[in-house]
Amino acid sequence: MQANTLSGGFADPATQSAHAFRSVMEAMARPGTIQDIHGAAPPAPLSPAMGAVLLTLCDTETPVYLAGDMDCDAARAWLAFHTGAPFVGPAQCMFAVGKWDALTPLEVYPIGTSEYPDRSATLIVECSELASGATLTGPGIKETATLSLPELEAFQANRTLFPLGLDFIFTCGGRLAALPRSAEVSRSSSQARAQAGAS
Amino acid sequence: MTEYNFAYLDEQTKRMIRRAILKGLAIPGYQVPFASREMPMPYGWGTGGVQVSAAVLTPSDTFKVIDQGADDTTNAVSIRTFFQRTAGVATTTATSDATVIQTRHRIPEEPLHEGQILVYQVPIPEPLRFLEPRESETRKMHSLEEYGLMHVKLYEDISRHGHIATSYAYPVKVEGRYVMDPSPIPKFDNAKLGDMAAIQLFGAGREQRIYALPPYTQVVSLDFEDHPFEASKADHLCGMCGANDSYLDELIIDDLGGRMFVCSDTDYCEARQAAGHKGKDAA
Repeated sequence: MQANTLSGGFADPATQSAHAFRSVMEAMARPGTIQDIHGAAPPAPLSPAMGAVLLTLCDTETPVYLAGDMDCDAARAWLAFHTGAPFVGPAQCMFAVGKWDALTPLEVYPIGTSEYPDRSATLIVECSELASGATLTGPGIKETATLSLPELEAFQANRTLFPLGLDFIFTCGGRLAALPRSAEVSRSSSQARAQAGAS
Repeated sequence: MTEYNFAYLDEQTKRMIRRAILKGLAIPGYQVPFASREMPMPYGWGTGGVQVSAAVLTPSDTFKVIDQGADDTTNAVSIRTFFQRTAGVATTTATSDATVIQTRHRIPEEPLHEGQILVYQVPIPEPLRFLEPRESETRKMHSLEEYGLMHVKLYEDISRHGHIATSYAYPVKVEGRYVMDPSPIPKFDNAKLGDMAAIQLFGAGREQRIYALPPYTQVVSLDFEDHPFEASKADHLCGMCGANDSYLDELIIDDLGGRMFVCSDTDYCEARQAAGHKGKDAA
């Protein structure tokens, strides 16, 4: 067992997870806003923000799917020690962790049932940047918001499933943003101009 | 402080509640089942709201509790003291100073701002429950968006009374999808539910449901074209502060039928009195 398996958790779990949850909740309630999140120091390839989200939300009751590079001994051992979450495949998971390319295609994740739409997966996506980008509208957004997304089509398809669908938390270093299934995603005007210029 | 975990609940329970809150925010108006815990107060005293508050509070929060708008009733005082003792949070009665406000049956008069969280105590979260007692059926009705029965109920109000007589717990439709019970707030407050800057979380302890409205969510009170929704209040001025725009309680003040009307929101009324406003019954 690596020494860093045992370290890197919350030093004061009750208050640190409370602060971390507020960051996650603000992000989910206000899509497009970028929040800071602190307290976790997980081994690579997990980022500090991803580690804090997992420590805040996961325990023995939440099956976790580690996608692609994230499925390594260091991440498995750290999560097993700090959360006790069982590791499963994408079809059984409540939380999926990975980079966008490793997590797609999205059809394999549970999207809930029409009577229990909450029984759906939350995807925690590590991104190389969090910035402005696609235009978002919907609950939690006053007029429009903007957020860099790895692509548009997958999120537009996800929105058509509402009230079923997947929810997303995007992490980057020590920051996070979120995109609930209720958000409408469209190309921002600057992106549209760029594409029109390229074609 | 040392006798309890921060904010009373154990960490695993808080994680379970937090996961339910996130799904609730992602599906506005949908009731997320959660494993409600026994709390050191009876069901019906706000155990759902208390569990939601426990899951969202941080040590740096300022906490306010209102019961029917008042900061000084038994329920409000005891819940405020509970979190003072178990979470060590600062408390206030001023609406604008609070970061988390737990409420029973009112929305504060003063508009809430971004960064605030409003936590409702909900007795019966299912708006269709009195029309259809079976949970299996109401769940199916929500999944099929089958809300005709609710309109029949409002129509029966009109045929019996000439107007929609439902005056509290008035059903709303959220983002054109889920019909939701806004908890027994007076319908005067329904207009504040939509497009609110604060996050609204609803907790029903006995019924084991959590639901949520993200900020700036579209919330429409159900009505008919020829009987549009009307946010009503007693047609008087507040006897203490003279306000004409706040929801009023009617108080019986003697054995001769004497009565006065006062703001139900005590903080709003006191702030107005402090600013020099005076009603006709003020001493």
